[in-house]
Amino acid sequence: MYKYDEYDQQMVDTRVAEFRDQVRRRISGELTEDQFKPLRLQNGLYLQLHAYMLRVAVPYGTLNSVQMRLLGDIADKYDRGYGHFTTRQNIQYNWIKLDETPDILAELATVEMHAIQTSGNCIRNISSDQFAGAAADEIVDPRPYAELLRQWSSFHPEFLVLPRKFKIAVIASEKDRAAMRLHDIGIKMVKNDAGEIGAQFYAGGGMGRTPMIAPMIRDFVPLDQLITFAEACLRVYNRYGRRDNKYKARIKILVHELGRDEYVRQVEEEFAHLLTQPIEPPLAELERIKAHFTNPAFDAGAPDDLDISDPDFRLWVERNTTAHKAPGYIIATISLKPVGGIPGDATADQIRLMADLGRDYSFDELRVTHSQNIVLPHVKKADLYTVWKALDEAGIGTANIDTVGDIIACPGLDYCSLANARSIPVAQKISERFGSAQKQAEIGELKLKISGCINACGHHHAGHIGILGVDKKGVENYQLSFGGSEGADTSLAKITGPGFDEDGVVDAVEKATQVYLANKQGEERFLDTYRRIGMDPFKEAIYG
Amino acid sequence: MVEVQFRFRDDEAVNDPAITVDAFAEQTNATAVRIEPGDDARDLMPHLDRLALIEVNFPAWTDGRGYSAARILREAGYTGEMRAVGDVVIDMLGHLQRCGFDAFAPDKALNPDDAKNAFARWDNVYQATVVDGRQAIWAKRHPA
Amino acid sequence: MKILTGNDLKSGAVIWWTGVGWSLDVNDSADVADSGAALIAREEGVQNVFAAYVVDGVKDETGVRPAHIKERIRALGPTVRLDLTLKPSDPQAVNWVI
Repeated sequence: MYKYDEYDQQMVDTRVAEFRDQVRRRISGELTEDQFKPLRLQNGLYLQLHAYMLRVAVPYGTLNSVQMRLLGDIADKYDRGYGHFTTRQNIQYNWIKLDETPDILAELATVEMHAIQTSGNCIRNISSDQFAGAAADEIVDPRPYAELLRQWSSFHPEFLVLPRKFKIAVIASEKDRAAMRLHDIGIKMVKNDAGEIGAQFYAGGGMGRTPMIAPMIRDFVPLDQLITFAEACLRVYNRYGRRDNKYKARIKILVHELGRDEYVRQVEEEFAHLLTQPIEPPLAELERIKAHFTNPAFDAGAPDDLDISDPDFRLWVERNTTAHKAPGYIIATISLKPVGGIPGDATADQIRLMADLGRDYSFDELRVTHSQNIVLPHVKKADLYTVWKALDEAGIGTANIDTVGDIIACPGLDYCSLANARSIPVAQKISERFGSAQKQAEIGELKLKISGCINACGHHHAGHIGILGVDKKGVENYQLSFGGSEGADTSLAKITGPGFDEDGVVDAVEKATQVYLANKQGEERFLDTYRRIGMDPFKEAIYG
Repeated sequence: MVEVQFRFRDDEAVNDPAITVDAFAEQTNATAVRIEPGDDARDLMPHLDRLALIEVNFPAWTDGRGYSAARILREAGYTGEMRAVGDVVIDMLGHLQRCGFDAFAPDKALNPDDAKNAFARWDNVYQATVVDGRQAIWAKRHPA
Repeated sequence: MKILTGNDLKSGAVIWWTGVGWSLDVNDSADVADSGAALIAREEGVQNVFAAYVVDGVKDETGVRPAHIKERIRALGPTVRLDLTLKPSDPQAVNWVI
């Protein structure tokens, strides 16, 4: 894992001092709320429905146990005993006090963490594959490139007041676990015919009110031009992205309006110019970062077999684990979606327990997934039963990854000041309706995603089943859609028809699963069946 | 006439009235120009050697186009005064400087102590913008 | 009635204008009629509140109920964590919201 040097530490410490000064000027009245708001947002501090909310960055979703433990301690000390893991691999706290925020940031800085650029119209936290460094199918570990980009994007003076927020994801395997093409810039590390590693760039993806799948804008950027190319992409966007309409300000609208080819032409022109400027870090810097991401000391003699005689454990292994690149090891995903629970929420005690398990059984590493779960990336198969037992006792041993119970949901109108409808109660009712393990096993992989407004933080466009909450004359209403995917086969979901009330949408989801089960061929997932038979049979069953 | 509150140049202050980019194309003797957010800074490239002052206007500090404009002109070799005018706020002073600004004329005068802190805030920087003459952290990590 | 709400600067807590000061309880809300804008200017000016705005509400014998669900959730707290709301021991509180 990356370890700060004196420079990195100085940068976060300086940021703490700067924010402390900004808070002082706000409380003294020197800064009005209008002036302060863009500044606090650049540091992840929102005003939500009930209080300030602080979003803490988890760069590319990777944490060590000391960091994770502190996240739990902060929940106890400065908040109300829990935190919420987000779809951008971050964590947020819902009940934060303004005058305590600088102290929270100072505590975070002691474990090499921060809230830099977790909101605002700037380059946000770089996200990545939650299985990076452990997955059997990756070409390289994507995190060194994400870290290089993290440093480049932190306080980049030219790109702090962009037309709108800017999200970057980096992956390095065919199977896309980070919704890469639904980002402002998606980067896929690839190998060319000569066997060299480079970066394939995609630009102009996103969800929100105009969902778009990013087109590829360059198939191979050599590693010694990576930052320069990213800088060219951003400069074109900063200069020409729309600023007249907040809803048309994301780069996806620029790429769409210019056309992919014209955007590429402008980027290549800017790129050619920027290559004349010495702005690219030397490859030695990438090598320095890479050295932090070497394999942990795997036990070469670790036995590769797993005793799954306990049926509950067996179910969890089937649902919640993924093949590891090292024999004798396995990747374990901890579901933060207990039946009837709040997706992504974890108590301070649960966070600390996960920290301990990461320390004792996963080479001190944990990951946050964009599906709001936590990963222990390097667990010895021989330890897996012990790990699961501990999780199960703490109420986070649920076996439901990628099933209908593993719902992505934004905080919705229970917490968020932008929301139009509540998301969490819908998620709770669906997870209860499909609560039985048998039912979930029967339905198999079904990615259900709920957003409480058109901003789509709950990724409803990319759900096999998507639900969007809207405000219909002061009453919550839910629009249903099918057929979205964020994988390598990225697609956008299609709306089924008129919306439902809360119970109605739960019933409609159940009917849809019945249509699937009745039509399923072989090993088809819900998504495959939908793609094959189309919307009509579903519509008939739901509205019939 | 804007009041320059901070200036980091040794040469004589330029007080010629800055004209619009459009008017500048016609005025072959003008030496000062003002760039608005929607202007293309590169339109000025053929004339950089006769310019002594470029004002970049920030009607709202949250519109960041002026950062690219300034840096592009510095990259093209402009060495005259680059002045940020308009809604210039304390917290962005250091970042403006890093994009090539060396004079600051805020609509409302800034608290001088806070401004001094802001200019001195960052001992180190992650990027090479080149135009600020500062060495990036990566360069310090790997001395040539 | 018109009620005035906003947030406390340091804690961020949701607060309601009572006619003389600010309260955490929406039931203490006063009818500000058409004086909302003037009150906002005055109270924000001295930093007693920020992000203030006027919303519609109805007053009856049980208290004050904002017209929109969003304001009712602001007034109570998250419906999915009643333990953290202003009425932690009232399981019926959620019905007031919906």
